[in-house]
Formats: sequence, structure tokens, C-alpha cells
Amino acid sequence: MSKAPRRLRFGLTVVALELAVVVLGPLWLPDPNAIVDPRGAGLLPPLSRVLVVSLQDDTSLAGSEIARTPDGLLLRRGSSWEKVPENLVVSVKPRWYLLGSDALGRDVAARLVKAGQISLSVGVLSLALAVTLGTLVGMAAGLGPRFLDRVLMAFVDAALALPLLFVLLAASAFLRPSLGTVVLMLGFFSWMGVARLVRGQALLCREQPWFLAAKGLGLKPLRLAFVHVFPHVLTPLTTDATLRLGDLILLEAALSFLGFGVPPPIPSWGSMAAEGFEVWRLAFWLPVFPGFAVALSVLAFATIADGLGELARGERLEGSPA
Amino acid sequence: MTARLIRRLAASIFVVWLVASGTFFLVALTPGDLASKMGDPRISPAARQRLREHFGLDRPIWQRYSSWLAHAVSGDLGDSFLFRRPVREVLAQALPNTALLACWGLFLELALGLALGLVQAYKPHSFWDRLLSGLSLAAYAMPAFLVAAVLLWLLAYTFPVFPPSHMAEPQALGLSFWGRLAETARHLALPALTVGLTGCGAVARYLRGSLLDEKRQAYMLAALARGCSKRRALLLHALPNALLPMITVLGLSLPFLVSGSLVVEVIFSWPGMGQVFYAAVTARDVPLIQAGTVLVTAAVVAGNWLADVAYSWADPRMRG
Repeated sequence: MSKAPRRLRFGLTVVALELAVVVLGPLWLPDPNAIVDPRGAGLLPPLSRVLVVSLQDDTSLAGSEIARTPDGLLLRRGSSWEKVPENLVVSVKPRWYLLGSDALGRDVAARLVKAGQISLSVGVLSLALAVTLGTLVGMAAGLGPRFLDRVLMAFVDAALALPLLFVLLAASAFLRPSLGTVVLMLGFFSWMGVARLVRGQALLCREQPWFLAAKGLGLKPLRLAFVHVFPHVLTPLTTDATLRLGDLILLEAALSFLGFGVPPPIPSWGSMAAEGFEVWRLAFWLPVFPGFAVALSVLAFATIADGLGELARGERLEGSPA
Repeated sequence: MTARLIRRLAASIFVVWLVASGTFFLVALTPGDLASKMGDPRISPAARQRLREHFGLDRPIWQRYSSWLAHAVSGDLGDSFLFRRPVREVLAQALPNTALLACWGLFLELALGLALGLVQAYKPHSFWDRLLSGLSLAAYAMPAFLVAAVLLWLLAYTFPVFPPSHMAEPQALGLSFWGRLAETARHLALPALTVGLTGCGAVARYLRGSLLDEKRQAYMLAALARGCSKRRALLLHALPNALLPMITVLGLSLPFLVSGSLVVEVIFSWPGMGQVFYAAVTARDVPLIQAGTVLVTAAVVAGNWLADVAYSWADPRMRG
């Protein structure tokens, strides 16, 4: 096979673009937490332009139009014209809202990018934790004594049946909310699938002649597991982890949506959607944008996982020209 | 075979016990006890002491644990602080509503997933396969709140066909039986559709894969060689075999269904387990959180076990 599958290239491109936006976006976008006059600049639709009038007392007003009349300077805030104290005006600057603004007049595009940094890093960190724990347990179960395997796998099977969101919510009711807590909780509750996969691969390796040879050489179990068996686990593990990253992002979004994820004021896609849901009748796009961001990321990671799986099998299904 | 099922049952009961104990100790070992959690910080020390005695918090933890477990096993789950009623009543009221939503959500999920998967597997790599594969993947990737936001905007606001929340309007109490049924169905539409749409992608993806596996089997070639039409071979020969492992997959996806309907219930104010549980967690209503977690876990684990039983009954290779 000369070229990577098309799906893999598509997924990698989307992830690369998303990372570029999330990392470089803040250079051009305004401060995500800056509150701008909610009455004049709140709940604006995408691609809106407002005039921000800065006053001497460091406050600012926003409106759609400004006009000089015999009565003085008038600013159109929301639906009414209001008088601006002209002697206090420092500057009048236009400002664009690429994806509109939320109820407090904060820039949705900037918040979406900031939330992306949070949501993606929470996903990656909790994935790292889950993969580490899962690999350790899986290796112990697959290469260790038989009773250990039975006990660990009975536990893993059982834990896989847990209604994750309920358990996570119950746990977060009694834990102090923080970024670290969310990462730890997500990681601690999602290593079981990894453990199962690693254990299966380790059991396959155990049957191979090279394993017997390595064992016959008297290698220590840790060296056997991580130098000899681990490379064979790596390929399916990568595919599985990519798919799992998408699931973790979805789970984090659900948790934050319910208000038990990353605590405010740190934005996350889920909490942005929750804030948007409070005003969905006035601005239906507010929950939709973060939803799209989540969907796009999960989609990208799922296509990468598909492509990697295809690559690993070394075959195109039914020899299609795709 | 029976031995395996019994072993699985024992493991399931073990998990439920583990989760129950986990929630108990999580609550018991977090700083600040129930009396300070439920009450006003301005309560006098004497009153707080009375509360502690009332809830048995002055006893050592092992005594509390054993008496809590004994009560829970006999069905006495304590009183909810939030609803000021026995936890059992609160949950008994919510459970049927969740079951209703989950059943219809699951039905829609399966119907949509089956249709999508079948069309995709009929002619793999064709235009329709690619389009629907993309759509299934998108459905899998979408968080429930995105689907809900779009549905709400489209079908409750722009074209107000369905009500946006709750199970019935207040005036529905005066309606006849059929009127109430229609009212519930109207309110059920959007939440059930959200559950179905978010779940159908995974079903379709799985079914497409297993149908393509079945299509490569020798019996399919034999069927086509006998002059069986492609459609008939797919529907009557490949589908039953591809559906068999779906039983296990459905059992395994039960936790996701239940977790998913939690978000959906909160969005649509559907008065089920998810919403009650969410309210309990928000209000730190300890007895309700404990009982809710245990009950939902038990339901999911039982569903899993039943899927196992159904599978061993449906697959002749598992008998004997």
C-alpha cells in the first residue's frame, strides 16, 4: 500500500486544522472573558458589527449605530436610541463578532477557541491516564497468573457495565470541582476497555514462539511485558485510543453541559452549550456552535481510528478503488 | 452454559454491591457530614447534634454501613432531603417515565440504525453507502445537546409541531385516557427522537460491518448461486446472522443509552430518573444520589445479564 487511506488523511487534516485554530486563534481573537455591554452587544448573531463607545470611567457602551443630533450624541442600544455623555467619550471603535456574542456580550468565537483548548486537553490528559492504567492492568491480567486474570477481568467486565454519566455525576457531587478532578475522574472510569484490549493482545503473544524464547532466556516480567509484548499491543492500542479520545470528549462535554465538568469561569464546549441553552429561543446558534465543535472533533478522531484500523488490516475491503 | 450465566449473575450482584458501597463511603469519608451538608450553616451546635443523632451519624462507620446496607436490601432507602418524601416513592414515580423514554428511544435507534446499515451494506462503496456512512458517523459524533438544540429550534420553535418540554400540559389532567395518551406521545416525540438520532449511528456502523462480514461467507455465495435475489439473500440470510451479535452489543450499549437519556431528560424536563438524579446531585441530596446510582446500576447490569441470557437462547451454538 503506497498511500494512507483517504479517511485517515481526512481525519488528520481536520485535527491539524482544529489544533492550528485552537493554538493560534487567540492571537487574533479578542479576550474570551471580556464582558461587553450586555444590552448593546448581547446575543448578537454571527457576523455582527457593533460600535463600542469607551468612556472615561473605563466602562464601555455598545450599540449598532451612532448619530449626532441637536440633542447630543445618540447611540442605538438594543432597540432604543440612548443619549451618550459626549464629554466622557474616549473613543468609538467598530468591532466584529465572527460567531456572534453570548448573553454577556462575550465573543463566541474567542470562547469557542479557548474552550477548545480546555476540552481537547482534558480529553488528551484523561486518555493518557486511561491508557496508562489500562495497559498496566491488561498486562498484569494477560501475562500474570491465571487467578489474577480472572479477578481483574471479572472486575473490568462489571465496571464496563456501569452507567458512566450517573456514576461520574454522583462522584462529582462530593468532590471539589476543578480541571484536575475532571481529568482524574474521566481517566479513572475509562481504563477498563483499554485493559481488556491489552489483555487480549498479551494472551495472543503468550502463545508465540518468540515469547517462549524470551521467557526461556529468563527475562524479568516487566521487561517481557514492556519491551517484548508492548510493541505488539501498540497498533491496536493506537486505534482504540483514538476512538476513545472521541468518546472522552463527548463524555466531558456531557459532564460540563450538566454543570459538573470544568468549573466556571473556564469555558468548555459543554458549559458553553449549557449557557446557550438558557436562551435558545433568542439565539438558537449558541448551543449549536459548541455542539458542532464537539461533533467535528469526535468525527475526526473516529475517521482517524477507522483509517488506522484499515491500515493495520492492510486491506481495502473488497478491493474497492477508494 | 447455565453455570456461566450463574457466574455472570453473581458478578453482577457483586458490582451492584461495589457501587452501593462506593457511594456510601464516598459520602461518609468526604469532609463535612450530612448534618452540615443538608443544613443551614447557622444551625446551633445543639440542633446539629440532634440531627447527627437522628441520622445516626454519631455511630462508628462500620455500624452505619451495615445498618444502611440492611435497610437498602430490605427496600428502605431513606428519605429524600430535596423532595421531603421517601426515596422509594420518588424513584418509583420517575422510573416508568424513564423506561418509556428509553424504550421508544431504543426503538427509534434500532429502526434508524437497521435501515441505515442495510442500505449501506446492500452495495458497499457505492454513492449511497458513502453518503449514509458519513451520516452515521456524524450521528455517532454528535453530542445529545446538539441534536436537541437543532430539533428544538426546528420542530418546537420555527415550526411548533411538538412541545419543547415536560410530559404533559397542566390542563391534560382533565383529558380522557386517549387524550392523555396523545398528549404524552406528543411530548415524547422530541426527547425520543434525540435519543434515537444520537444512538443510531453506532448501530448502523456496527450492522454494516457485521453484514459485510456475513456477505463474505460461503452460504451467501451458495444462496446467490441458487438464484436467490441479492435483496432476499441480504434480508433473509445475512441479516439474521448479523443481528445475533447485536444482542450483546445492545446489552453493552445500555449504559450509554441510560447515560444519554440523562442529558436528554434534563434538556427536555422529562420527569424521569435522569432529571431526579440531576436535581439530587445539584442539591447534594445524599440518600437520593445513593439510591439513584444503585438503582440505575442495577437496572443496567440486569439488562446486560438479560442480553447474555437472550444471546445464549438465540444462538444454537451456545446451547448444550
